[in-house]
Amino acid sequence: MLEIRNLHVAIEDGSKKILNGLNLTIRDGEVAAIMGPNGSGKSTLSYVIAGKDDYEVLDGEILLDGKNLLEMEPDARAAAGVFLAFQYPLEIPGVATMTFLKAALNAQRKGRGEDELTTPDFMKRVKAGAEKLGIPQDMLKRGLNVGFSGGEKKRMEILQMALLEPSIGILDETDSGLDIDALKIVSEGVNALRSAKRSFLVITHYQRLLNYIVPDTVHVMSKGQIVRTGGKELAFELEANGYADYVTNAAA
Amino acid sequence: MSNITPLKTEVEQALIAQGAGIAPDRKAAFERFLESGLPHRRVEAYHYTDLRALLKSAPPPAKAGGKVSVISPLADIDADIITLVDGRYEASLSSTPPKGVSVKMATTLADDGSAQKSVLSSDPVIALNAAFSDSALDIAIDAKTELVKPLIIRLVTTAAHASYPRVRVTVGDHAKAFIVESHEGGVAGALIDSVLEVRMGDHVAFDHLRLNVTDRAATVLTSFGGAMGKESLYRGHNFVVGGALSRHQIFFRFEGEQSKAEISSASLLNKKQHADSTLVVDHAVPECQSREFFAHVLDDESIGVFQGKIIVRPGAQQTDGKMMSRAIVLEDGATMNNKPELEIFADDVACGHGATVGALDEDLLFYLRARGLPKAEAEALMLQAFVGEALESIEHDGIRDVLEALAEQWLKARSA
Ligand SMILES: Nc1ncnc2c1ncn2[C@@H]1O[C@H](COP(=O)(O)OP(=O)(O)O)[C@@H](O)[C@H]1O
Ligand SMILES: [Mg+2]
Repeated sequence: MLEIRNLHVAIEDGSKKILNGLNLTIRDGEVAAIMGPNGSGKSTLSYVIAGKDDYEVLDGEILLDGKNLLEMEPDARAAAGVFLAFQYPLEIPGVATMTFLKAALNAQRKGRGEDELTTPDFMKRVKAGAEKLGIPQDMLKRGLNVGFSGGEKKRMEILQMALLEPSIGILDETDSGLDIDALKIVSEGVNALRSAKRSFLVITHYQRLLNYIVPDTVHVMSKGQIVRTGGKELAFELEANGYADYVTNAAA
Repeated sequence: MSNITPLKTEVEQALIAQGAGIAPDRKAAFERFLESGLPHRRVEAYHYTDLRALLKSAPPPAKAGGKVSVISPLADIDADIITLVDGRYEASLSSTPPKGVSVKMATTLADDGSAQKSVLSSDPVIALNAAFSDSALDIAIDAKTELVKPLIIRLVTTAAHASYPRVRVTVGDHAKAFIVESHEGGVAGALIDSVLEVRMGDHVAFDHLRLNVTDRAATVLTSFGGAMGKESLYRGHNFVVGGALSRHQIFFRFEGEQSKAEISSASLLNKKQHADSTLVVDHAVPECQSREFFAHVLDDESIGVFQGKIIVRPGAQQTDGKMMSRAIVLEDGATMNNKPELEIFADDVACGHGATVGALDEDLLFYLRARGLPKAEAEALMLQAFVGEALESIEHDGIRDVLEALAEQWLKARSA
């Protein structure tokens, strides 16, 4: 269970406040969607959960299964089960995708006090996962995300999530830059990971993704707060009416 | 000895005393050195590596080779080996030269006043080598000889004295070879001033690695002069983890058309290490291509220097020269000095240079850490990739693996 209470966040130098007392609870197995206008703080929320230090947490807490994430380094959070699929996955020239995947997987296992995977076992897992997501083998030999298309980068994020088996997967605008076929593949990849133990926070600007990854709850974010919470039907309402209402409500 | 600049420092006085009884055929070189003395910060080429200030002692030249106790990091490579101990050929640590290669020691003519002078420039460190080097190792690779194994020249220093090794290589037309100069050993107070000259014919493929794994207290000054004929390929590499104070000078000249040079370098420095890479690529003829890539990783209070100059002579049209220097500075106390230059006297050329100095990319580090890699491991992975770029052009898998392992070891020691 992920519990966020009264979260206030500013940019590191304190010049700008982005999250203003945000509250959100995601139960085990729940798929929660956050929708909201650009600039409302969605990516910031995902970064603060994952532990990026460009931000200063002024108040509030974030608990994962009762553990205080804000006191942990980003790698410890990952080992504790946090996975963030980045809105803009980064390119790392010179680090082969395979090398990276192995380093990540083994680092997390080590962080949890588990044994490293044997190479054949690791290869088997990567191959199976890549196949499901339509990732060709030769892509795994190339530098991580180097020269990958937008869609390929997003698929690579989902492959990482599948291998790392987090307890909460945060997807930040995973649908952006995807055509309909890629969207289906990626959604199937996510749906295959749904389980009673694993929860998801799906951040999106458009309702379209939620046709494929059907959420249990939908939250509307505006100016750094959750301003409305409902079921999946809320997404349709937003699609029809746009975000104009929420922007004014929150400002009022 | 008419117009000699008065020499003042103790180190310079010691060098003068050592040169008192110098052999007549070394006199010209010694006088060339005396004219300038030890180069200092007001000498442009030594602005960032002020030898007059940095050189703390001038130990006497080694009288004989000492006992070798260091094990080369390249010990497991299947190679032909020539060992110079304290500048002297050591037969017991050298293998029989392969077919098509002759190796001999010449006790005369270490002076660079002849044809080689133009390749090596009138550098004072080279003049000092010519003055004190009491023998030269001559290696001749016959035309059409294709060496399968690398030829490793180990230059081992065993004690706190000075050695002035000089190696002269000729590479015949259509020959193919890989020569490694591996600088090993050394102690505090040891001074190595070595010169390698390579004259390459036409249609040659010549690979060269200069490896500095000397003791972290040694002073290591190495110079390489290369001249290449037409339609040939030179691939040069430099790898530095050793030495308290080191400078590697490359003077490379294209003398035949349609040749290519690829020069790359990786220096990993920490504590108070100071390493200088100085490069002059001289496009004296048209239609040649050169690529230079210099990488520095600087930790603690270390200092890196890159000086690179591409010269395009009048008439050297269609020259294509690109030079890049990248440095990653891991601590505020470390310094990188970059001085890239182009001197172009032809109009139809494509030349460029670039230099970057910066910390590791924070966003990339966060991405790796968000995937579970602890900070030190994430940094090591990024640095390994950074250094890897400078090593990837090394054709020989075994030697590239050794250098990657040395880099990995350096990174491990850092995070330990
Ligand atoms: N590191 C940062 N530095 C400066 N401004 C930032 C930073 N991160 C986010 N912001 C600003 O905070 C606001 C929220 O951004 P973001 O979280 O990316 O919103 P969303 O993902 O909802 O579009 C925007 O105005 C954005 O410009
Ligand atoms: Mg965003």
